[in-house]
Amino acid sequence: MINVTRRQFLKITAAGLGSSSLALLGFSPEPALAELRNYKLARTTETRNTCPYCSVSCGVLLYSLGDRSKNVKSEIIHIEGDPDNPVNRGTLCPKGAGLLDMIHSADRLKYPEVREPGTTEWKRISWDEALDRVAKHLKADRDANFIKTNDAGVTVNRWNTTGFLASSAASNEAGYLSHKVLRGLGNIALDTQARI
Amino acid sequence: MTNHWVDIKNADLILIMGGNAAEAHPCGFKWVVEAKANRKARLVVVDPRFTRSAAVSDFYAPIRSGSDIAFLGGVIHYLLLNDKIHHDYVKAFTNASFLINDSFSFTDGLFSGYKADKRSYDAATWQYQLDEQGFAKVDDTLQNPSCVFQIMKRHYARYTPEVVNQITGTPQADFLKICEMIAETAVPDRVMTICYALGWTQHTVGTQNIRTMAMIQLLLGNMGRAGGGVNALRGHANVQGITDQCLYSEVLPGYLGAPTDADKTREEYLAKRTPKPLRPNQMNYAQNFPKWHTSLMKAWYGKAATAENGFCYDWLPKKDAAYDVLALFERMYQGKLNGFICQGFNPLASAPHKVKIDAALAKLKFLVVIDPLATETAEFWKHYDEFNPVDSAKIQTEVFRLPSTCFAEQDGTFTNSSRVIQWHWKGADGPGESMSDTDIIGGLFVKLRALYAKEGGALPEPVLGLAWPYRIATQPSPEELAMEISGKALADVADPKDATKILAKAGEQLAGFAQLRDDGSTAAGNWIYCGMWSQTGNLTARRDPADPTGLGQSLGWGFAWPANRRILYNRAACDLSGKPWDASRAVIAWDGSKWGGNDIPDMRPDAKPDEAVMPFIMNPEGVARLFAFERLLDGPLPEHYEPFETPLDANPLHPNNPQALSNPAARVYPGDLEALGKASEFPYVASTYRLVEHFHFWTKHSVLNAITQPQQFIEISEELAREKGISNGHRVRVRSKRGQLVAVAVVTKRIRSLTVNGRKTHLVGIPFHWGFRGATHPGYITNVLTPFIGDANSQTPEFKTFLVNIEKA
Repeated sequence: MINVTRRQFLKITAAGLGSSSLALLGFSPEPALAELRNYKLARTTETRNTCPYCSVSCGVLLYSLGDRSKNVKSEIIHIEGDPDNPVNRGTLCPKGAGLLDMIHSADRLKYPEVREPGTTEWKRISWDEALDRVAKHLKADRDANFIKTNDAGVTVNRWNTTGFLASSAASNEAGYLSHKVLRGLGNIALDTQARI
Repeated sequence: MTNHWVDIKNADLILIMGGNAAEAHPCGFKWVVEAKANRKARLVVVDPRFTRSAAVSDFYAPIRSGSDIAFLGGVIHYLLLNDKIHHDYVKAFTNASFLINDSFSFTDGLFSGYKADKRSYDAATWQYQLDEQGFAKVDDTLQNPSCVFQIMKRHYARYTPEVVNQITGTPQADFLKICEMIAETAVPDRVMTICYALGWTQHTVGTQNIRTMAMIQLLLGNMGRAGGGVNALRGHANVQGITDQCLYSEVLPGYLGAPTDADKTREEYLAKRTPKPLRPNQMNYAQNFPKWHTSLMKAWYGKAATAENGFCYDWLPKKDAAYDVLALFERMYQGKLNGFICQGFNPLASAPHKVKIDAALAKLKFLVVIDPLATETAEFWKHYDEFNPVDSAKIQTEVFRLPSTCFAEQDGTFTNSSRVIQWHWKGADGPGESMSDTDIIGGLFVKLRALYAKEGGALPEPVLGLAWPYRIATQPSPEELAMEISGKALADVADPKDATKILAKAGEQLAGFAQLRDDGSTAAGNWIYCGMWSQTGNLTARRDPADPTGLGQSLGWGFAWPANRRILYNRAACDLSGKPWDASRAVIAWDGSKWGGNDIPDMRPDAKPDEAVMPFIMNPEGVARLFAFERLLDGPLPEHYEPFETPLDANPLHPNNPQALSNPAARVYPGDLEALGKASEFPYVASTYRLVEHFHFWTKHSVLNAITQPQQFIEISEELAREKGISNGHRVRVRSKRGQLVAVAVVTKRIRSLTVNGRKTHLVGIPFHWGFRGATHPGYITNVLTPFIGDANSQTPEFKTFLVNIEKA
């Protein structure tokens, strides 16, 4: 049998399962056709990603329906370990094995919501309203409590009456942008999950 | 990690202590198995519980939770007493020979310079003796009583096997057996690695736990070596990266100390953070601080940052006090915070003393929670039976819940525990109207900026002046941000040795941090990540797993900070002449004209061995610190102190000094000391921890994980179960001074009682994955039990040791 990488194998088998490609794999066509069912991942799109749980940061392959063309909504239907990743070499642990259920959890948030003071329920709002209201709160608090100089007259330009806790699950890019914006606003009441 | 996941396979001895890699990091733990299978490496596990890591170990010893320094201090004593150290390494590469100020002392559990009223130290007496040129004095014979080696020897002479047993409860024979195994790696051709996690950090002596181990690794000559190092197995997939982006009040990206009220001008600020060499010929790499900081200011403030205005130094907020998680909730509890934003963080579940966190959140005017999932924090105001018994009507906080996408629905980089930055690609859109964190922060900032442009307000200049070069202002792209973090030339950057040679043209991405300048001609959002997106492209997306030497370095996979280096301090893998200590595991070597080999040298490439440029290039003395004259707030040498909730009445090392019972430099807020329990009322040591089936408070939302571990439980020994009349499956109530929970009891042989200071000590084990939201059965947030006190240096809360009582519910 010739050497075929795993990815080439998928490509060959996905290519219509013609007799020539099957022969290439070393199968004789007749019995092989009887064996093969329509492999569910053959028509999916493969995406390289990283398991978000612990810091082994296992490579994962996301398999989604949809070919990424415009107006096609992708849906992830399967996740497995990335065999090329030098650390996890295709394996996933009991946490990572449940990733698909995490992505499709019934507890995923879908819309911006607000809980008004003293009430007992969430109320759906638009992104525009949510960001407007939060921006107004932030500005009002910053304007009212910004400290330009300390008691000794030293320029300190700080805002410490609104706090921010950053995620350890966000990307470096999201973390960096959050840091840049917070310091840009003069905020020093920031900390992260990484401390805990 | 100073080393990396795959490198564990190069070890001869693996110590797992303060962690449980088999359950918490299963796919990384496979490299332990690999070392055992292929190198005949041995695995030693020291843990209060017989964990799954212990189950596959060659040797396991139990220890009382919170007594690690006593154990490790005992190992140091053993190594010094039996002369099991790597002499050449210790003499050349550590500060063992350095002379310390003669007025340094350690008396009755306290180092010199202690100020009881402030619970803090003045480190003035902890300094090196300096000569006329400002260099540290050394005694190469290691005989001077003021040298670090002798001070260390005296300090740990008290940690005899008997004392270790008295404090830790570890049987003496077990302790000595482990000492022998560790001592075998003092020879140049045997290497030990240590894998630890939150079992070491979540103590009031957390930082010193790790330091004690680092000292052992230095004494054995195991730092910088393949198969060696001190390896933190960290939590989330990007906890390392977020640490590096430094979303902490005290540091700016790349661990640049943030300005405080004492740093009045840019010049003062830079001078304080730019060290002078403490020994001749050393790289003293931190002397480049002004280049890193100026490049950051250019990335943040762009054209607004000029030499004339000190690169906008005054726009940076100056820090006046602590703002760590505990300090933030303390401020909130005192009513000093009006607003709060939680981005992918669920503090009601993951911060200590839930009752206090609940009360603090209720004092806010507004709370914003950005998360892919419905977290407990976002619903702190909602009544969930006994799990969250609050009265919504009385809580006046306005709460926003904003849906973010998760890892699978966005592009960008995560940095793993090995410091390898890896790009990941989006597989699908998030559900409903969810948005990425960058789009949420970008959208929010653009709205704020528009408000300031229209209405003005308090100091609008930095808000309007913040560099915002993104093609779609509300949606800074991961690619744009990664390039900004990595850094680019703003003007042509010339070779300092040859001005006619241009290293990077204006507008080009920089190749690495050596190209950063302090004159405003370069911009980089995080100097340690510089080069991850160079002119050749996005190096974090590289996917070449090739490993030509079999050492497991895979230099073409992703990009490791700093400079794609996989093993830190790798100069120490060679002797003074530049020859590897062990040729079969050579990392780098001196080839007669330059350093090179199987890693990026952690050394100036042309530094000849006879120049004696030492491997610890970030230290101004060039060597590693067995004795830390700076940076540690609770002492230059680790000392055993009891946890703040301890089953003992006194510190067995200092029975007559109540000040030295627990860490004398740990911060205690008013009211929190009173909220600590005494052994008379709460006689059992408790510890919280993870299970292999779950990840923190996330996987309880995932059906598959919820099926595998659906219901909250606690674990106790058969002996304690008999004493309390509890059987497997009984419901039990666990109480601490701060709160209580009810859970199913699992009676197990994996936990056993220990005799500590002559008294029987029991452990109650508490897995922490449940809450009042999710696909599992609802459960109590276990942090209803834990104390609101943290490590003296890091302020990481003491989740791993506290006192409880237990009874049938």
